[in-house]
Amino acid sequence: MDTAANIFGKACGYGGLYVFGRREYHSNIKGLHSYFHLRVAQKELLANVNDVNLLAAFDAETVVRHVPEVMPEGGIIVDAMEMDTKVLSIPTLPPEYRVELEKFMKENGIGETLKDILAYAEKKKVKVFPVPYRALLAKIGKNLNIPQLSKITRMINVLTIGVSFALLKYDKILVEKAVKATFPEKIAAMNVTALNEAYDYAVRTFKNNLNFKLEKTDVKEERIFVTGNQAVAMGKILGGCRVQTYYPITPAADESEYLEEHQIVKTGSEEEAIVVIQTEDEIAAINSASGAALAGARAATSTSGPGFSLMAEGLGWAGNSEVPVVVTYYQRGAPATGLPTRHGQADLRFAMHAGHGEFPRIILASGDIKECFYDAAKAFNLAEKYQMPVIHLIDKAMANCSQTYPVFPHADFKIDRGELLTEKDVEGKEYLRFRFTENGVSPRVPLGTKGGVHWYTGDEHNESGHISEEVPNRTMMMEKRMKKLLLVEKEVPVEDKMNFYGDKTSENVVVSWGSPKGAIIESINMLKEEGLYLGFLQMRMLHPLPVEHVKRYLAGRKRIIDIEDNYTAQLGGVIKEKTGITANFQILKYTGRPTTTTEVYNALKAILTGKALDRQVLTFGN
Amino acid sequence: METKPSDFRVPDVYADWCAGCGDFGIMNALQMAFAELGLEPHRVVMVSGIGCSGKEPHNVKVNGVHTLHGRALPFAMGIKVANPELEVLAIGGDGDGLGIGAGHFVNAGRRNLDMTYIIHNNGVYGLTKGQASPTLQRNLQTKSLPKPNINEAVNPIGLAIISGYTFVARSYAYDVKHLTTTIKQAIQHKGLAFIDCLQPCPTYNDINTKDWYAGEDRKDANGKPQSRLYKLEETGFDPVVRDWKEDWQKKAAALEKAQEWGDRIPIGVFYKKEYESTFEDRIASRIPFYMSRPPAKQKLSNEKGISTVDLSEFLNGLKTS
Repeated sequence: MDTAANIFGKACGYGGLYVFGRREYHSNIKGLHSYFHLRVAQKELLANVNDVNLLAAFDAETVVRHVPEVMPEGGIIVDAMEMDTKVLSIPTLPPEYRVELEKFMKENGIGETLKDILAYAEKKKVKVFPVPYRALLAKIGKNLNIPQLSKITRMINVLTIGVSFALLKYDKILVEKAVKATFPEKIAAMNVTALNEAYDYAVRTFKNNLNFKLEKTDVKEERIFVTGNQAVAMGKILGGCRVQTYYPITPAADESEYLEEHQIVKTGSEEEAIVVIQTEDEIAAINSASGAALAGARAATSTSGPGFSLMAEGLGWAGNSEVPVVVTYYQRGAPATGLPTRHGQADLRFAMHAGHGEFPRIILASGDIKECFYDAAKAFNLAEKYQMPVIHLIDKAMANCSQTYPVFPHADFKIDRGELLTEKDVEGKEYLRFRFTENGVSPRVPLGTKGGVHWYTGDEHNESGHISEEVPNRTMMMEKRMKKLLLVEKEVPVEDKMNFYGDKTSENVVVSWGSPKGAIIESINMLKEEGLYLGFLQMRMLHPLPVEHVKRYLAGRKRIIDIEDNYTAQLGGVIKEKTGITANFQILKYTGRPTTTTEVYNALKAILTGKALDRQVLTFGN
Repeated sequence: METKPSDFRVPDVYADWCAGCGDFGIMNALQMAFAELGLEPHRVVMVSGIGCSGKEPHNVKVNGVHTLHGRALPFAMGIKVANPELEVLAIGGDGDGLGIGAGHFVNAGRRNLDMTYIIHNNGVYGLTKGQASPTLQRNLQTKSLPKPNINEAVNPIGLAIISGYTFVARSYAYDVKHLTTTIKQAIQHKGLAFIDCLQPCPTYNDINTKDWYAGEDRKDANGKPQSRLYKLEETGFDPVVRDWKEDWQKKAAALEKAQEWGDRIPIGVFYKKEYESTFEDRIASRIPFYMSRPPAKQKLSNEKGISTVDLSEFLNGLKTS
């Protein structure tokens, strides 16, 4: 399914089209309902919508689940062999969904087979395109001289792509190009054969097909089709990360694997490399990353909620010992194991407060895949400059969404290692790792620097890094560490901490963070066309919160609308705590599925037209 | 470089162990081993966990990283991987390394980083007032235990051997000479070296005391105590694996020796295999310039401070135009 989506996205990209893709999958290896939702347009796309124009299903369950989303005049591609499948007997349907489905079927007078469901769709002017996948495969197998069908059943995804693009009347050459770019040569050749077979079959068979089409455009600029996981990995390399540790966890692990795959990077005439270590657990992951940082490498670890829970103690050590370590935190459906492959934004408070005691940390939250790239790089500058752990909060929606972007410009990215001393600076002088300074930052040497022998301890310590429980020293050390946050507040430019979109002077302002950003921007643009004006404050640095700037943007507004993918409106709570300003409307979602533009548009419109409750809960998705 | 043990002392720090604590012996042995090997203090990093043993680095003048309970090995790994030129020693207690940190103990063996791990083994959690540690034998009741120990003891030597450590030895904190020699061998060993360092806890372990190790309760006909400890090297035991074909045989012999406890306790080297690739070798097989330009030594920016990375390798795979 991923491969199919990737080919589809690439093929659209080759035709100069923008794609936004969302991947949904279960926590299993195969068998349960997975799908990829792709939006294609000539202009840049920022989020998902609810509607589906063309549903391409490999199996009956996909049709059943997504039928209500397919728009009139839209189409459904379906396996001809599945037509007589009794839908309530599909073994992968969870019991609670079966009850719902049965009710839906009864209410709409739908019979028991897939054919009946499709007939219902056809009544709503949806067109159905049954494809005999197995017959096509048999024919392809014969052409390729592969008698065993089981060896090529995987090619069903390419068949679906062929049929889809044929129905969309899209240039076949571009699809072939995408297939070739996706597979190794030999397999690509087989898949091109399959693609052509399916494409031509659909052209021959479905004469009266969709009344819309996908048209290529001419584009000069270079573009990429990229996921959040990939963007973070690239950002880390750009930012100088040279040790990455991780323990396998969804949806973070893809980033580490991608880094390992591209371990060696060119730097002009030379080469550099990142060492990726798969550790025995997340405890080892954060602590070995801290170790690497102490030795002078830029180091990071990547995880999601359950892993971060295990990292809490190590995070505190890093805060106490002023270690520049970066934690990329992919939020997913929680608590506990929660919805391990789904989306969520419920870990802001946890990221802010994880670890016992009080220690400084920085929390960055990217709002889209492009920001994931730059924030991943900048995190290392912040970590080293202020000598504290930086938590880069991302969410599953961004991690696994794919989006088309012009290549991220990065030729002028500056590395700022902060007060990093060398042998020359310390030789012949007394070196104190935790020297008291005016701003709280003590010049740092990597372990192994001649003349710079030093100590670290998780205990409270004196300037040398030896254990100390003396009261004046303790007081000064606490203050030294904590006041570095004031520097962050003062020095980090406001454009790295927040973005403001939409109408600056409107009495209505949306406040949010993370992946709802795209849906919010699209919605406020749509509402603007209807004469409904809104501003949008997107928070990117959540700790330390840029309090004065937040106040400047929010104070005096009539409606402050907090949009988050969690139950308790965590950002709204933090803003209230730090600024005294309360969001008077909440749009929340905690289904594990990302917020769509359709949902946000509807919810905002309801507020602006006085038809909404203070708290709206969104539930769209499959 | 010429160094003396006194070069490794830390005058500003008072070693706050109990009188008679084995940690002093280990501290002295470390300082002597470093001096005898001529190590430069700035090139050495001692990484410790939590407990009385965790304070060891504060009393030795090399870089010290006093970490979290059970986590010395992960920190040590990060340091060593980032800069393999450093001489890294992980230091911990028996509870630290074999209780809370047991997962790291086992997994470190799978990697065989070229570093040394010394466990201070006294059978009790001293800093929390003498609870049973994972190495205390079952049914023993040291003085602060309300009931006899209900758990079996873990065998540190055996666990190290089957986990993949390529140098496995035992020594005794009060035999500073033997311990110094063992530490030197461990440091010089190419690969992950483990030392199970037996030590009395004069405050909380009233069973495995200095006198118990010395065999004061086992006098011969002439009234001479029969020490429980004996040196493997004096028995002709050959721990060295010279060929992969004899690896299991050597492991089995070492495991058999590791079973001995009670009246006869072997110290010395149980197992040693040098031809195994280290984690550094394995990284270098993927990154040819790893040893000359490890993560901590890479240049991240040009003279203008701009990142010099060329992302085209990544981008080419993602391009849609």
